[in-house]
Amino acid sequence: MPTSFFNKNVSETQIKLKNRIWLYAISFIVLFLLIVPSLVVIPMSFSASQYLEFPPKEWSLRWYENYFFSWKVENGFNDWMSATWTSVKVAILTIFVATPIGTMAAYGLVNGSSRLSKILFPIFISPMMVPIILVAIGLFYFFVQFKLVNTVLGLVLGHSLVAMPLVLIIVFSALKNYDMNQEKVARSLGATRFRAFREITLPQIKFSIVSASLIAFLTSFDEIIISLFVAGGDNSTITRSMFLALRDQIDPTIAAISTILIIVSSGLLILVQLLGNKDKST
Amino acid sequence: MNLISDNVNQKELRRLAAKEGYTFFGLTLPYLVLVIALIAIPVGWLFYLSFIGRDGTLSLENYERMWKSKAYIKIFITTFKISILTTIICAAIGYPLAYFMSQLSKKWANICMVAVLIPFWTSLLVRTYAWLVLLQKKGLVNNILIDAGIISEPLKFVHNTTGTLIGMVHIMLPFLILPLYANMRAIDKDCMKAASSLGATPTRAFWTVFLPLSLPGLLAGLLIVFVLCLGFYVTPAILGGGKVIMAAMKISSNIEMYFNWGAASALGVVLLVVAGIILFIASKLVSVDQLGNR
Repeated sequence: MPTSFFNKNVSETQIKLKNRIWLYAISFIVLFLLIVPSLVVIPMSFSASQYLEFPPKEWSLRWYENYFFSWKVENGFNDWMSATWTSVKVAILTIFVATPIGTMAAYGLVNGSSRLSKILFPIFISPMMVPIILVAIGLFYFFVQFKLVNTVLGLVLGHSLVAMPLVLIIVFSALKNYDMNQEKVARSLGATRFRAFREITLPQIKFSIVSASLIAFLTSFDEIIISLFVAGGDNSTITRSMFLALRDQIDPTIAAISTILIIVSSGLLILVQLLGNKDKST
Repeated sequence: MNLISDNVNQKELRRLAAKEGYTFFGLTLPYLVLVIALIAIPVGWLFYLSFIGRDGTLSLENYERMWKSKAYIKIFITTFKISILTTIICAAIGYPLAYFMSQLSKKWANICMVAVLIPFWTSLLVRTYAWLVLLQKKGLVNNILIDAGIISEPLKFVHNTTGTLIGMVHIMLPFLILPLYANMRAIDKDCMKAASSLGATPTRAFWTVFLPLSLPGLLAGLLIVFVLCLGFYVTPAILGGGKVIMAAMKISSNIEMYFNWGAASALGVVLLVVAGIILFIASKLVSVDQLGNR
């Protein structure tokens, strides 16, 4: 009977399913609106038309060709592949700057005096709090003096700045859940602090560190504002090129690139979710 | 005898503890140096520039311009209007979803959480582009509305405030849901049972028990969303089509087009101060590491 179904209790306080119907409806609509709109770029990317018609009347792979065969093409077209290569390079280098620095700082804050972490923690997460546009123009001004504008190094420094707080927060909370006395035991048995960290602590927080570095990668790869000011010329990043292209005209190649980006970031996110639960279960 | 050796022992222990303290501080040094070099110094320099006038002397002209020039006042109004509207809409649709998730079992809540996190980690540009595709004149949304007979002429959704709001709500919603959901999960379910056993109807129990207990999370979410909106650039630049000028866009155009560092810096400083005040209030309400728990 449908009536008995709607009269089922859904909580321990006698709320019946029929009282909650509106809540389920709203929630499903909001969840739908969160996920589905981004997916519209996937069918668009296989469209044969250069206009953004939906659903596409004819299908083709021309926008993927446009993307993959854009190495050093002549003026008037975007060199998407070089920009992608710059982005990948910068994102990987960002991992190697942000992860060790963030992890070291997290270790220092967890073990150091509470006064130290009280003062330093707000300073360390300030890159997340200061409006990013202000950071970007400040870096631009600063990098001009050191000839770091339009260089990979400049981009890596800028992106590490926004990625470090995320690494810090992830590793910090992993270390908070970890019993530091295990290191003390190792040291009382004669291990140096570094050896105790490497052989006892590191294996137990390694998944958090790996997911922190994946998030550092993604943060750098998706970063736009700093790249807009600090990157340029031969060292444009993919998001910068996309943004500039979107501001001027609508090139369906962006749909193809977007599809690839969705696959990459969902893949990384799933990896992070799987890894994140691993440290806790061990 | 014993007393003396104890003293020596304690002295040595204190010395070692102090040495350890320096090691821990030393480990945070690279981070500290980067933050000082790449944020404190550049932003401090911009702060200084904001007080330099066109003629190169100290002056307040960059700040005076803000309340004298109509263009700047309009930008402030637009920035606050868009930020407040986005925040309110996010709260209105985010609260029910967070409440729904907090009532589910851990397993189902985690599945919903992935649904919230996937757009969170999808590139901002991809999502903005997707809305551009959906909302344009011949886009899917207009097509559906016309086919359903609700409208006869396509509505203008993009290159105006409507498009900007839709895109920004979509991007900001996870920032509201994450702290709110964490707060709601932590609410003791027995409180609701107690209210119910004392005779409160479910509606009354929600309004008098659950809602007040969820306010810190809601407030934290609101403040984060509002602060992020204030400095937002990409989405209004693309979905606003040049008609919705927010503070961050003015900062950028001041530099890219007019090379006016003083004006750009002053606007940035105002943005920073407003954001700083709001975040200070937020930090009084919830602990900071909860905010960054993404």
